[in-house]
Amino acid sequence: MDQEFEKMLAKGNEAIAMAAIDSGCLLYFGYPITPQNDIPEYLSKHLPALGGVFIQAESEIASINLLLGASATGARAMTSSSSPGISLMQEGISYMAGSELPGLIVNISRSGPGLGGISPSQGDYFQATRGGGHGDYRTIVLAPSSVQEMYDLTCLAFDLSDKYRNPAMILGDALIGQMKEPLVRRKRSKMDLPPKDWALTGAKGRKPNRLKSLYLQDGELSEHNWKLHQKYEQMKKEEVRFESFFTEDAKLIVAAFGSMARVSKTSVELAKEEGMKVGLLRPITLFPFPETAFYDLSQRVKLFLTVELNTGQMVEDVKLSAARDAQVYFYGRPPGSLPSPEEVLEEIKKYYRLGQG
Amino acid sequence: MELVFKRPECLIDIPFHFCPGCHHGIAHRLVAEAIDYFKIREKTIGVASVGCSVFMYDYFNVDVLEAPHGRASAVASGVKRAKKDRIVFTYQGDGDLAAIGIAEGIHTANRGENITIIFANNGIYGMTGGQMAPTTLLGQKTTTSPYGRDFTYDGYPIRMAEMLATLEGSAFVARVAVNNPANLMKAKRAIRKAFQMQIEEMGFSFVEVLLACPTNWGMTALEANRRVEEEMIPYFPLGILKERKMADYL
Amino acid sequence: MDSDPFYYDIIMAGFGGQGVLVIGNLLAYAAMMEGKHVTYLPVYGVEMRGGTANCTVVISSRQIGSPVVGSPHAAIVMNLPSLIKYEPLVLPEGLLFINSTLIEPKETYRKDIEILSIPVNEIAIDNGNPKLANMVALGAFNGKTKLVQMSSLFGSLEKVLDQRYHHLIPSNIKAIQLGAEFVRKMT
Repeated sequence: MDQEFEKMLAKGNEAIAMAAIDSGCLLYFGYPITPQNDIPEYLSKHLPALGGVFIQAESEIASINLLLGASATGARAMTSSSSPGISLMQEGISYMAGSELPGLIVNISRSGPGLGGISPSQGDYFQATRGGGHGDYRTIVLAPSSVQEMYDLTCLAFDLSDKYRNPAMILGDALIGQMKEPLVRRKRSKMDLPPKDWALTGAKGRKPNRLKSLYLQDGELSEHNWKLHQKYEQMKKEEVRFESFFTEDAKLIVAAFGSMARVSKTSVELAKEEGMKVGLLRPITLFPFPETAFYDLSQRVKLFLTVELNTGQMVEDVKLSAARDAQVYFYGRPPGSLPSPEEVLEEIKKYYRLGQG
Repeated sequence: MELVFKRPECLIDIPFHFCPGCHHGIAHRLVAEAIDYFKIREKTIGVASVGCSVFMYDYFNVDVLEAPHGRASAVASGVKRAKKDRIVFTYQGDGDLAAIGIAEGIHTANRGENITIIFANNGIYGMTGGQMAPTTLLGQKTTTSPYGRDFTYDGYPIRMAEMLATLEGSAFVARVAVNNPANLMKAKRAIRKAFQMQIEEMGFSFVEVLLACPTNWGMTALEANRRVEEEMIPYFPLGILKERKMADYL
Repeated sequence: MDSDPFYYDIIMAGFGGQGVLVIGNLLAYAAMMEGKHVTYLPVYGVEMRGGTANCTVVISSRQIGSPVVGSPHAAIVMNLPSLIKYEPLVLPEGLLFINSTLIEPKETYRKDIEILSIPVNEIAIDNGNPKLANMVALGAFNGKTKLVQMSSLFGSLEKVLDQRYHHLIPSNIKAIQLGAEFVRKMT
């Protein structure tokens, strides 16, 4: 047992792989792509000894469909990729949402559009939080900002995915995926999950189970979509997670997630040292988005600065969530280089002065 | 009086939606009979594809999963890998397997996935209204090859069974037809054999079934049956192309 | 970050195969064992194929924000291309550690930083194992900066090195000690 709680120095990507194993996910399907190859490499090494299955599929399209099939049997299963590969998976994710199948999709995102590059980017925020594929659905999206969170949120994602019978996504980036930090493989308290009586295991002693997303009878499909909608509403009520950092007396709130939240956190500390009242609100669940947290804060704080590694995506959700009279500003950067904490601090100062009148 | 013909236990007692003269119903029945024969209904999981065969879950009295278009063999691989002791089959049309899903089909065979694919080849897209398929014959008119399929334009009809038989991963590959009683009996044996191979864990099994589509061919049922004999079989010869013996496997 | 009780960041760079990623890992691991917050960030992908390797290690008494560092407190450069790339970035009054077996000290230009020249390859060769130049560098660097206890570095070896290299741990320890000794004799 001591072994289990030992502090190790682990790569973010490996933390995800370890969390999968610790969550009872013994089925992995994927196709190599930088910068997430540590995940399939780790699992290809460790799953066989655990009686699990690792398949290097012929494409991301096959990977997501292998996941769909495995998940339909009630087993925990996952795939991982990076942005272009995640685009290829969107059809399958839509089918999974439509067929109400759980399953974990990890996106260690890189920069786009197109082949783009392999540098860290947050350009997949819209794709991740708006469903990504066709149809009116959502994916549960968790955004880790440390190696420990790569582990913890992967464990949580499996639980949430099972709880809601809906695909879940970890949205990380090359920075969090490639870096090493201290990690403890701590056990999560078990979530109370419904039985998987819908799983396809062979119709023994029961009527056949059907898993499908095609609904052609009158009214059937709209009823199905309303049911999905109810799930998303329940997620918004019960599953929102965020981190508040010095928000109590803040006059300006920085909003950032994932790797940019790390940089921004340092900037907020620097601002505090210079006597500015600045806080940080970091969404951990990107869907469901912490709408209420932003709204509540905006009753008192009127200045928001959204910092992203793109040219402006999450800022739209911050604007939608904040009260009408709040000012929501944006500082972003397309892929290529990460802003330094000092650069973000300069932006904070610029907008903070506005609040001073 | 002796009961000599009844509905397989594996089929649900509702009428097929298939058009008059369509062979899908016959192929469905052969699959159902094979499942009954081996008494594996309660451990069988079917994977439906997109096309006329998508409604498989309405007809088969087994657990059924619907796959995205072309992805049935990848989905079935996922099912099988998660539940190794279950019997898993797909039923895919020519668009699903030979066009949009050809990569998944080839790689599933190449991995030697211990599943069974029933490939329904009628040389045309039925559900979408008679467009050209990868298996449409040269000269054949469809709504998207109105002047007849021209190889300089559209390429050649693909022989899936031959292609998959070349792969080391495939264990059993056959092509059959159901246009007359003699062919039907051979088809029944081949489909049964395919499931047997899976039960015996011999690896990937594949049966291509030539089907008539009178509606989209613009023919009567009898004319369509004749066309299978006179036009399809000469290009898509029937027979067992590959049958792995236990000795080869080990 | 100067007002932090403790904060230090280092970029280590060299040819692929010179083992800079391993010594970065060791330093981060040792600092972690001493209860510090650490991040270790290697370069990956395209840059890796160019034949140079580098990594960034941050050690702090507080939670670490960015693991990417523009201007490090120290740089360890094991070859000339790395010197050209990283010398300009070192913070004023920072430390530039150069491998003087492969880099002529006169190639450096900065006057506002401390430059420590150690012939790590020569030391390693004299010790009978040229492959351990990276460990000599780590020992010398830590002997100079005293970021972590030597014993922590030694203890980290079995955690960082793959099992199949564990029989080499004694020679790695010796190389680290030789590096530290070389620095001690300089002062």
